[in-house]
Amino acid sequence: MVSLIEMPQALPQQLPRQNECPVEETEEATIMIDVRDLDFAYGSNKVLHNVSLDIPAQAVTAFIGPSGCGKTTLLRCINRMNDLIEHARVTGGAIHLGGVDINAPEVDVVDLRRRVGMVFQKSNPFPKSIYENISYGLRIAGINKRSQIDEAVEKSLRGAALWDEVKDRLDEGALGLSGGQQQRLCIARALAVEPDVVLMDEPCSALDPIATAKIEELIHELKMQYTIVIVTHNMQQAGRVSDHTGFFYLGKLIEFGPTTKIFTNPSEKRTEDYITGRFG
Amino acid sequence: MIAAPSNQRRTRLFERIVFWSFRLGTYFVLLCATYIFLDIGIKGGRTVFQKTAPFVNVKFLTEPPQTLYVFDYQGKKMELSDREFRDWKTTHKEDVEVTSVSYSAGGIWPCIVGTALLVIGSMTLALFIGISCAIYLSEYSRDGRFIRLIRIAILNLAGVPSIVFGLFGFGLFVIFFGWNVSLLSGWFTLGLMVLPAIITASEESLRAVPKGLREGSLALGATKWQTIRKNVLPYALPGILTSSILGIARVAGETAPIMFTAAYAMRDEMPWQVSHWTNFFFQGVMALPYHIYVVSSKIPQNEYTERVQYGTAFVFLVVVMLIALTSILLREKQRRRLSW
Repeated sequence: MVSLIEMPQALPQQLPRQNECPVEETEEATIMIDVRDLDFAYGSNKVLHNVSLDIPAQAVTAFIGPSGCGKTTLLRCINRMNDLIEHARVTGGAIHLGGVDINAPEVDVVDLRRRVGMVFQKSNPFPKSIYENISYGLRIAGINKRSQIDEAVEKSLRGAALWDEVKDRLDEGALGLSGGQQQRLCIARALAVEPDVVLMDEPCSALDPIATAKIEELIHELKMQYTIVIVTHNMQQAGRVSDHTGFFYLGKLIEFGPTTKIFTNPSEKRTEDYITGRFG
Repeated sequence: MIAAPSNQRRTRLFERIVFWSFRLGTYFVLLCATYIFLDIGIKGGRTVFQKTAPFVNVKFLTEPPQTLYVFDYQGKKMELSDREFRDWKTTHKEDVEVTSVSYSAGGIWPCIVGTALLVIGSMTLALFIGISCAIYLSEYSRDGRFIRLIRIAILNLAGVPSIVFGLFGFGLFVIFFGWNVSLLSGWFTLGLMVLPAIITASEESLRAVPKGLREGSLALGATKWQTIRKNVLPYALPGILTSSILGIARVAGETAPIMFTAAYAMRDEMPWQVSHWTNFFFQGVMALPYHIYVVSSKIPQNEYTERVQYGTAFVFLVVVMLIALTSILLREKQRRRLSW
């Protein structure tokens, strides 16, 4: 069995931190996730057609497109969450994560998911205390040392910019937090197991503008350490947070490139139409 | 326009009739329930409680049943239990004309113990098998013809009359497995009887746990079983316990399934008086519902048997209420541990 966790991390020390001119810098960036000719179907219903793209490490990649275009499906392919859906399967192509084919039979899906964290559209804190929410991933990974868990809880809550707000009530129920705090708790929970990649499925769709701004700010900070893939309906958001953007339409990747290019000078007519709000 | 008022009146009258019929239906049910509870409470209370201290008929609650001897002695009416009568005979040599009434003296302690043992054992068994089955059906199995067949079978099982379960248990456990009339046979028979209800309710409780919690857990690298054990089952448990309360009432109350499999009409030893601990599982016990059945239909009826009947029914209700109360408290404790 190939353990994904033990793989060497071939990440460069210095990576682009601003997205002012990502066009030049992407040339040097390491590719974290390599999606090649991916076809995906729910039963006989094909939802992804021949999708190929390279997701660079330590950067934010956004997927945009109208509802039902397959962006969430692709996102859920990366940590194989689609395995849970009956009759859903990859029908062609492959996804490589750090060089390993994640759909290969010898890959342990539990290992994969530990390495590829996920934040869901609807924030889903567990009905336990804040502390237990964060420590959950560590405990199931077999870490039981109290000091180690305490440390990880603080670190990931700080990482998710939530520590100052909840440090005095770690033992209170997570469901008592506000919507934005709950979503940041979910981010902290994902960070606690120290993944390489964090997938975000419309993380702000249920939040008010202030909470949204906080999460966007957070995403900016997180990309120094993590590879982030975000699905969003909100084009301004994609423009604000991402370095690279992929535009999906009817299960096809229409255009993929640096965000500044997609938003200012798209090469495809459909991309331009969508971004300027002519459809979608 | 002119017809409108009378039309309105008719509509209003009709509304009133409809609502009154609903209301009367409810009152009727309430009346029946009140009558039953009062009847058992008053008549049974006369047996269970007494006017002098300690106000509770301790004998009735702590002694095994005995035969009652009734006779006239020097113009006085004597009511003595078997043991008392024998003592009395040693000091009084004269012949008296005695009426003996079975089971009407002493108490019902072995029946209380037997019912408690039957409930605890069969509910443990039914919850264990039922929850396992529900987890398999709702979390692991993928929908198909076979699973649908299983579901239909479970639903049908819920409709099987309890006497059929009794006969089934008699055939399988008592005769074929050679367990004889025993606690073990009773546990399995009663357990199988409540199984469909527990499976159905457990499955519903499991399904009520939001999908997001499962996905959130799996996305953190939890295995399926870790997810179920730590992040699904704890939230479903209060609902499962609620349904098991109804199961308890049924297990405690049914006579038919235990009359061939577990119940004795009369037994002198208590369940813990066994020669070897393994024999504990292979002994028959007395049980409250079966005792009511025996004293109400197997022996000649008179005012003395009536006392036992109502007393037993009263105690029976209280015991079921106590067991139900315990599981309600257990559920509340479980709920409070979850912070939602």
